[in-house]
Amino acid sequence: MTETAKAVILHLGLIAVLFALQFVLPAYHHGNMARVMVLATYAMGYNLLFGYTGLLSLGHAMFFAAGMYGMALTVRHLGWTPPPALLAGLLSGAVLSALVGALALRTVGVAFMIVTLMFSQAAYLTILYFTTWTRGEEGFVLQQVQRVFWGIDPSDPTTRYFLALLVFATCLMLSLWLVRSGFGKVLIAIRENEDRAQMLGYDIFAHKLGAVVISGTMSATAGAVYALLFGYAGASFAGVQYSILPLLWVLLGGAGTLIGPFIGALFTFYLIDITSGYTSAYMAVVGAVLIALTLFARQGIGGEIRARVWRGLP
Amino acid sequence: MSLLSTSGLSKEFGGLRAVHDVSFALEEGEVRALIGPNGAGKTTFVGMLCGRIEPSAGTVRFDGTDISRLPAHRRIRAGMAYTFQITSVFARLSCHENVALAVRRRKGNVAKDVPEALRRVGLADRAEQLAGDLSYGHQRLLEIAMGLAQKPRLLILDEPTQGLADSEIEDFVALIRELKAEATILLIEHNMAVVMEVADAITVLNFGEVLAEGAPAEIRANREVQAAYLGTG
Repeated sequence: MTETAKAVILHLGLIAVLFALQFVLPAYHHGNMARVMVLATYAMGYNLLFGYTGLLSLGHAMFFAAGMYGMALTVRHLGWTPPPALLAGLLSGAVLSALVGALALRTVGVAFMIVTLMFSQAAYLTILYFTTWTRGEEGFVLQQVQRVFWGIDPSDPTTRYFLALLVFATCLMLSLWLVRSGFGKVLIAIRENEDRAQMLGYDIFAHKLGAVVISGTMSATAGAVYALLFGYAGASFAGVQYSILPLLWVLLGGAGTLIGPFIGALFTFYLIDITSGYTSAYMAVVGAVLIALTLFARQGIGGEIRARVWRGLP
Repeated sequence: MSLLSTSGLSKEFGGLRAVHDVSFALEEGEVRALIGPNGAGKTTFVGMLCGRIEPSAGTVRFDGTDISRLPAHRRIRAGMAYTFQITSVFARLSCHENVALAVRRRKGNVAKDVPEALRRVGLADRAEQLAGDLSYGHQRLLEIAMGLAQKPRLLILDEPTQGLADSEIEDFVALIRELKAEATILLIEHNMAVVMEVADAITVLNFGEVLAEGAPAEIRANREVQAAYLGTG
């Protein structure tokens, strides 16, 4: 079997398992999984930049929020139906990431991290500044009737699960195609050795900018879909915590692997879900797990699979 | 018309004159060696040719056009290839992928050109190995394969034989002879035996300036060059 066939089977297999789970999961976990799949889509977007291009952004919450507010504000204030509103969310993410990328990519390394963090804080403060429209920290709810489109009701648990799966599966397969394409291979080359990639004749800036826009737009897609499925938009999703979370998920799950973001998001979600049932100091447990992973599985779960089981894991 | 020429090319690093007023021309199809004592400015000079270092003054022309303002990747696309003095490969990628990146950029045929380039440097059986797992000498050969795979008009090799075993150096000399028909080659080299064997002409840099230029035999007989190398100049 070729590497391509193996890769396609693995990722389609994951999608099939998630599809089947919908019929067996109890209601509570069913709702959780829908959330995990949307958050994993956000993490996949983040991973394209961090795991595949080697650019560490500390400001991806602004892209998630751009999608979320691009969708939710147009529904709330302009009375748009979900399909054009989702598109508005995606476009907001694409435009914002192109602007931020063009400016932030003038820096490298730690400066890039700080510049993206600052842009993200500016976006957060902008949302608070326009509290009249955004309802600030408190946020606002999208009513069920505002979310129904084409006879589909995203507030219905089964529908919600399948919509989350549809978005997750689409982004997963798009990512698989992307990282195996010529463009994706150049991104990996830039991550591995930027100087060498440039001296092979590749335009580093253009490729990095492309990566920021794709990553930002995928993150915005997750944000827009989150607002649609869970009917809420709030400034906390633009906060620094939501910039750190995808980094955490990707590190845990395995940076630079396609299944890593999903594994990391799932693992973290349930780690917090379970430990918070026992102790209010659940973040201490999360911290301990993180330390253990950095000590014993530096490349995250997906990275260990690649190192031990299958080197060709995309 | 020369394939590559510079006029008045200079580089100062905060008062230090690394390269000063170098006017240089390279004819199509020639193998030119660039030699000189350590710190003579050789790497800085080729860095300005391929766009890695911005000159303080002077111009670079390639194939008749002024490329002084072009960024490095555009110069590579114009037909230059460069191998680093300190080996620079994609350590965590396979040898095949290292070379494939070079082939894909010029929209070449990966299935045909990658094995071909690896075969020419003697790494055909290591295509699936990670580049970082190769010995130092093999990594240098891999980098030369990445240069070849670009099918450049001008191949700039910065100390390619450094760290190679004697038998590998022999193969390298044979490879350069073979390549002469396909590309113009500019070679920075410390190994005088290699230089004397492959170069059509030699340019000697010393303290950032051209000290001498000519056929290998002339350079060998040149007293100033001898003095520079012995450190009595």
